[in-house]
Amino acid sequence: MLDQFPAIIVAAPLIASAICAIVRHERTCWLIALLVSFLCFFGSASMLGQIQDYGTISYQMGGWAPPAGIEYRVDLLAIYLLILVSFIATAVLVYGRQSVSAEIKDGIRGWYYTMYLLCLCGLMGIIITGDAFNAFVFMEISSLSMYTLIALGKDRRALAAAYQYLILGTIGATMYVIGIGLLYTITGTLNLVDLGERLPPLLDTSAAIAGMAFIVVGLSLKIALFPLHLWLPNAYAFAPTVTTAFIAATATKVSIYLLIRYLYSVFGFAFSVEQTPIPELVLVLSVLAIFAGSLTAIFQENVKRMLAYSSVAQIGYITLGIAIANATGLTGSLVHIFNHAVMKGALFMLIGGIALQIGTVRISDMAGLGKQMPLTMFGFVLGGFSLLGVPGTVGFVSKWYLAVGALENGWWWLVVLLMLSSLLVLVYMGRVIEVAFFRERPVGAPVLKDPPKAMIITSWVFILACIYLGFDTSFTVGVAEQAVSVLVGER
Amino acid sequence: MEGFNEFAFVLGGVNHWITIFLIMAGFYIIVSRSNMIKKLVGLSIFQTSVYLLYVSPGKIIGGTAPIIVEGNPEQLYSNPLPHVLILTAIVVGVATLALGLALVVRINEAYGSIEEDEIYGEDWD
Repeated sequence: MLDQFPAIIVAAPLIASAICAIVRHERTCWLIALLVSFLCFFGSASMLGQIQDYGTISYQMGGWAPPAGIEYRVDLLAIYLLILVSFIATAVLVYGRQSVSAEIKDGIRGWYYTMYLLCLCGLMGIIITGDAFNAFVFMEISSLSMYTLIALGKDRRALAAAYQYLILGTIGATMYVIGIGLLYTITGTLNLVDLGERLPPLLDTSAAIAGMAFIVVGLSLKIALFPLHLWLPNAYAFAPTVTTAFIAATATKVSIYLLIRYLYSVFGFAFSVEQTPIPELVLVLSVLAIFAGSLTAIFQENVKRMLAYSSVAQIGYITLGIAIANATGLTGSLVHIFNHAVMKGALFMLIGGIALQIGTVRISDMAGLGKQMPLTMFGFVLGGFSLLGVPGTVGFVSKWYLAVGALENGWWWLVVLLMLSSLLVLVYMGRVIEVAFFRERPVGAPVLKDPPKAMIITSWVFILACIYLGFDTSFTVGVAEQAVSVLVGER
Repeated sequence: MEGFNEFAFVLGGVNHWITIFLIMAGFYIIVSRSNMIKKLVGLSIFQTSVYLLYVSPGKIIGGTAPIIVEGNPEQLYSNPLPHVLILTAIVVGVATLALGLALVVRINEAYGSIEEDEIYGEDWD
């Protein structure tokens, strides 16, 4: 059983989604989805120890040896992401039953869980596969199900947002597959490890460079790296809350993982960092993303949209680590992948609770909520602190690593910019907190209370994780440092 | 000799020229049209270019299907892998187009229009 986990964590959600599509009974589907997500989480977590002790697991799909067969390759970086994605998937499901009932029309809720499982299958597949084309197929499985998950939102703008995402997402995926095609024609292999071995002597050919350019641009679209982020704010803002909490915490992170894989393992650290302008380009775009994202967030009236723009900025922090391109910066980047997933997951979950109780997510409708929904709003404040990077929260840990990494490069001005950008977070999170705590609830407005227990408890598990992981970094930083030493050591 | 090389470059890579033309044509349609169905047509052309990119290097003149025939171990055959990959990519393309069209149908029901200018202008704050 244990040997088969690499296959099971991808196949189980796929099979379960087919079962859900047949059953279509809301509660049963929810239960199936929850059990399968937990199985994935359990499987991923149980592989962690094995990898730390004995090294990378290579699973041969169907018994065909790589590079001819498809290889599932679980190394430290992959397991780190697998644990993150499966954990978020499980937690969001525990949280989401009431929210799905409230936001999705009756009769299609079974389908909703079907799509959720398909999306999980795709995301797990992208992380675990060691085959470039297989990654494309999983990318499209996750994306197509994600478009559906977004389009099922109540608001009609969800449809238009999903359409926009479909067009841009498909352009990104197609560019990725063009890049793979160019690399395949010069190397004759699709296995990522094999590609990494055969590419170095060919790296000065125009086909390799064009392939790299296509892959980087395609993945940047999926990551929503500024200025390719246009699909993200609307998709996050108008999707059902459960969708937003799930994809905000996982989808872009998985694409970043794939980008790191290509830059450091396939093309090699030495080539990507020292011989291409990619670090400089990513540096400029990341800084622009941080400031443009945060500044736009300040002017949003819709809280979900505000948090979506904040995600654009936070993605900037993650890619900043790729641009800093030393071990400390990259560790900061990986740690922030995890930390951002936890804090954004928490914030979107809390907003989902508010949406369930008051029916809107506009800041002006949230006046006086601090008194009536104390647990929710207090959690929101703590989540805001994490986003800000107050010492003792997760946000501080990752920004610390990024700042130290920048100083190792002698980029003191970047540290100044990092601090300035935190002030912007204070402004946009402060707006919500000011309205909720320091304004009176309008006279005649219905009296509200905190959302149902399951929602509050799961949100608070995430909020407490924000604080716990800010003090005990042995998992996040520990695994990230080990993974980075492998990535950078491969030069 | 010089002229011949250029001639070979232009004509020998004719499949690549067509690929590049399809990529650019598809991309241009996506960017320039505001009608959602036309955009999807552009997207399809964009994706189709990839099929040609993959399949054309897999073709060997005189090559047959990769089946071992007894008594002829050195038979010339085409690599089947690019074709198989593209079979998968075609399925992905069909699924994307189907989902895109389904979304456009729903958008038309909700907005009464499939022109992007009108839809995003309407209630997009």
